[in-house]
Amino acid sequence: MTIGEIAKLTNAKVLTGEDLLSKEVLTACGADLMSDVLAYIRNQSVLITGLTNAQTVRTSEMMDIVCIVIVRGKQPAPGMVELAAESGIAVLSTGYSMYTTCGILHNNGLSGGERVIA
Amino acid sequence: MPKLHFKYDIDGDDFTRAGEASSKLKQSLKQLGLSPALIRRASIAMYEGEINMVAHADGGVIDVDIDTVAITIVMKDTGKGIEDIAAAMKEGFSTASDEVRQMGFGAGMGLPNMKKHSDYMKVDSTVGVGTTVTMKISIVGE
Ligand SMILES: Nc1ncnc2c1ncn2[C@@H]1O[C@H](COP(=O)(O)OP(=O)(O)O)[C@@H](O)[C@H]1O
Ligand SMILES: [Mg+2]
Repeated sequence: MTIGEIAKLTNAKVLTGEDLLSKEVLTACGADLMSDVLAYIRNQSVLITGLTNAQTVRTSEMMDIVCIVIVRGKQPAPGMVELAAESGIAVLSTGYSMYTTCGILHNNGLSGGERVIA
Repeated sequence: MPKLHFKYDIDGDDFTRAGEASSKLKQSLKQLGLSPALIRRASIAMYEGEINMVAHADGGVIDVDIDTVAITIVMKDTGKGIEDIAAAMKEGFSTASDEVRQMGFGAGMGLPNMKKHSDYMKVDSTVGVGTTVTMKISIVGE
C-alpha cells in the first residue's frame, strides 16, 4: 500500500509529505504510548496515533516510521508538522477514530506484521 | 573508519526539544554508512536515555565515541539521581510526572529498552549528585 492510498482510504488530509505519497509501506502499528512504540515495534513503517506532539515525530524518526496518521481530526501541536517535514515523515489527518482507521487499513491489506506475544 | 567524537548539550527545560541530539546522531551514523539495524539500535538506546535526562533530570551532556569496534554513548546529568538502580531497571518501574506521561512516556520501559539495544550498559548514580549512563553498541560482526 502507498502512503497516498492510506490517505485516500481514510479520507485523510495530507498535512505534510506530498512528495512521499507514492512511497510503499508494508506494515503499520497503532499506539498513543511512545514508550510502547520504542519498546515493542519492529519494522512497522506507519504509526496511527492520537498523540500529536514533537515526540511523536522524534519517536517515529528513531523507529524509521515514514508516515504518521493522526486520528479523530486532532490538531497537531505547534511545530509538529514542520518537524515531520524536516525529518522526511508524512503526516496525515483523518476524522476516523483509532479503531476505525486501523480497521480500514487492515481490511485493505496493511498488516500489523508482528509476532504474537504468548 | 577514523575515530569520531560527538558532543551534545541537552536542554533540560524543553521537552519538545528532547530527541534532537539523538536525531543528529542518527544522521551522522547514516552518513558513516553503518547498517540500518545497528543505526536503529543506537538511535533508540540514545533517545530513551535523552528522554530520561529531560524527564527525570535537568538535561546534561552526551558524549558519543565511534571507532572500528563500537559506538560508545555516555550520558551524564547532574539531576536528582536514582535511589535504587536495580528497581529502576525493572520493566514498568517509573516515577514519571503526569506531564511526561501526557507526552507519551513513563511506561517504565526506557532503561530496560536501553539495555536490550546495547551490548554493554552501566548506570552510575548518586542521589542528589546525578546519573551517568554508559552504553556500548558493538560494530564488530556487523
Ligand atoms: N537520568 C535519570 N535521572 C534520574 N532518574 C532517572 C534517570 N533515568 C531514569 N531514572 C529513574 O528510573 C525510572 C525508570 O526509567 P525508565 O525505565 O526510562 O522509565 P520511565 O522513563 O518511563 O519512567 C524513572 O522513572 C526514574 O525514576
Ligand atoms: Mg524513560
